[in-house]
Amino acid sequence: MGLLRKIRDTGQVAEPAPPRPEGGVPPQAREFGGSVQVRCVDAGSCNGCEIEIAAAFNPVYDAERYGARLVASPRHADVALVTGPVTRNMAEPLRRTVAAMPEPRLVVAVGDCAINCGEFAGGYGVEGAVSDVVPVDLAVPGCPPRPDEIVAALRRVTGR
Amino acid sequence: MNTVGYAAIVLQVGAVVAGAPLLTGLMRQTRARLEGRAGAGVLQPWRDVRKLLRKEPITPVGTGPAFRWAPPVLVATSLVLAVLVPLVSTESPVRGRADLIVVVALLALGTVALALAGLDTGTAFGGMGASREMTIAALVEPTILMAVFALSIPAGSTNLPVIVAGAADEPARLTSPAGLLAIAALSVAVLAETGRLPVDNPSTHLELTMVHEAMVLEYAGPDLALVEFGAQLRLTVLLGLLASLFAPWGIATSASSLAAVLLALVLVVLKVAVLGTVLAAAEVFWAKLRLFRVPELLAGSFLLALLAVTASYFMGGEGGQ
Ligand code: SF4
Repeated sequence: MGLLRKIRDTGQVAEPAPPRPEGGVPPQAREFGGSVQVRCVDAGSCNGCEIEIAAAFNPVYDAERYGARLVASPRHADVALVTGPVTRNMAEPLRRTVAAMPEPRLVVAVGDCAINCGEFAGGYGVEGAVSDVVPVDLAVPGCPPRPDEIVAALRRVTGR
Repeated sequence: MNTVGYAAIVLQVGAVVAGAPLLTGLMRQTRARLEGRAGAGVLQPWRDVRKLLRKEPITPVGTGPAFRWAPPVLVATSLVLAVLVPLVSTESPVRGRADLIVVVALLALGTVALALAGLDTGTAFGGMGASREMTIAALVEPTILMAVFALSIPAGSTNLPVIVAGAADEPARLTSPAGLLAIAALSVAVLAETGRLPVDNPSTHLELTMVHEAMVLEYAGPDLALVEFGAQLRLTVLLGLLASLFAPWGIATSASSLAAVLLALVLVVLKVAVLGTVLAAAEVFWAKLRLFRVPELLAGSFLLALLAVTASYFMGGEGGQ
């Protein structure tokens, strides 16, 4: 009963939807029609970006209302959210994950590290940025990017 | 007379096919609202299906016929169930074949096809999911059989339309101890059979906690669309069966008027929508059971079903004099 009262008192916490982000739908994403399954790949990040991705899917930012959903398998996914610089050990798993996704597929690089190795550039364990390993379609800059920027990138893919 | 019967079947199957993704959407939306989210809308599962059908099909290396045939088999068994189960009318042309044992066997066939597909992928999680699914299925199928046997003793037949028509004529059968016990047992069995909380979590991302999801990890594109659609069909048909067995009011019992059939259709859609919303709301308050506790829950529901059979056997004998 405590939970019931809590639900009633809290009401809706999702923030009102901001206007649609600029920049059209990328050409490969035209087919998705408002439904996008997302697979996260941590290629060696400091986990700052993961916290922000988790926040993008929490009730306040609620990325699910735009038709994006996190899934457990790359076979189910349309979009790979890749975070962090690609470490030597994660280069091959990242290639295989993207290869396992059915076409049409997109790769979104989240965070400065994923775009240009950011904080970790020149590290001995770093293979390179995400675009050195797999083709990147969209990038979300920031260290870490804010949840609403991640949501905006996902909205460009879902087109909602 | 037969035209109305066939119309009832066409309407029923059409409503189940169109409504199954909507029911899932409604349940997700209810949950989202209770969590304070805005939610993706009731139409989202239809968008998912449309998108998946446009994607590239993938057959992983090393998989064989079991993997390829499981999605069509799952959908086909669910569609046959949607024809057989009396949701709209008890006086349909297939009434002679709508036997309880056929229904349970069709459910089991779909489950086994998917479990074999999970094994066929040869991945660790596929095999794990298949073994869990079989454990649960072995406990659930007898419970469903037992619970509906308890209802079939007063009706004197294992034919579903006869049971439903009998209950519609004589509501006292449902409020007897046997009826109530059977309701409780069958509800738990349906939760387990459709992979809902507290037996399985349909939205989990953790492979170690998966049951149904673990078996379908390797499906992509149109095959995945079929698997998801099949699961949604099963949920809809089983909730509809619950509604027909325990709240049969409004179901068309004579094949004479189209108006009665249409009214029954509206009523069954309403009943299933209410059941789905209640289930989704209840799930907010439940946590998934530890896997080793699931057999205890299912054994409990089997016990209830057994008591229901015993009760209806002895008390039915008394009341029938
Ligand atoms: S971009 Fe910043 S927060 Fe994200 S992984 Fe790199 S260092 Fe961490």
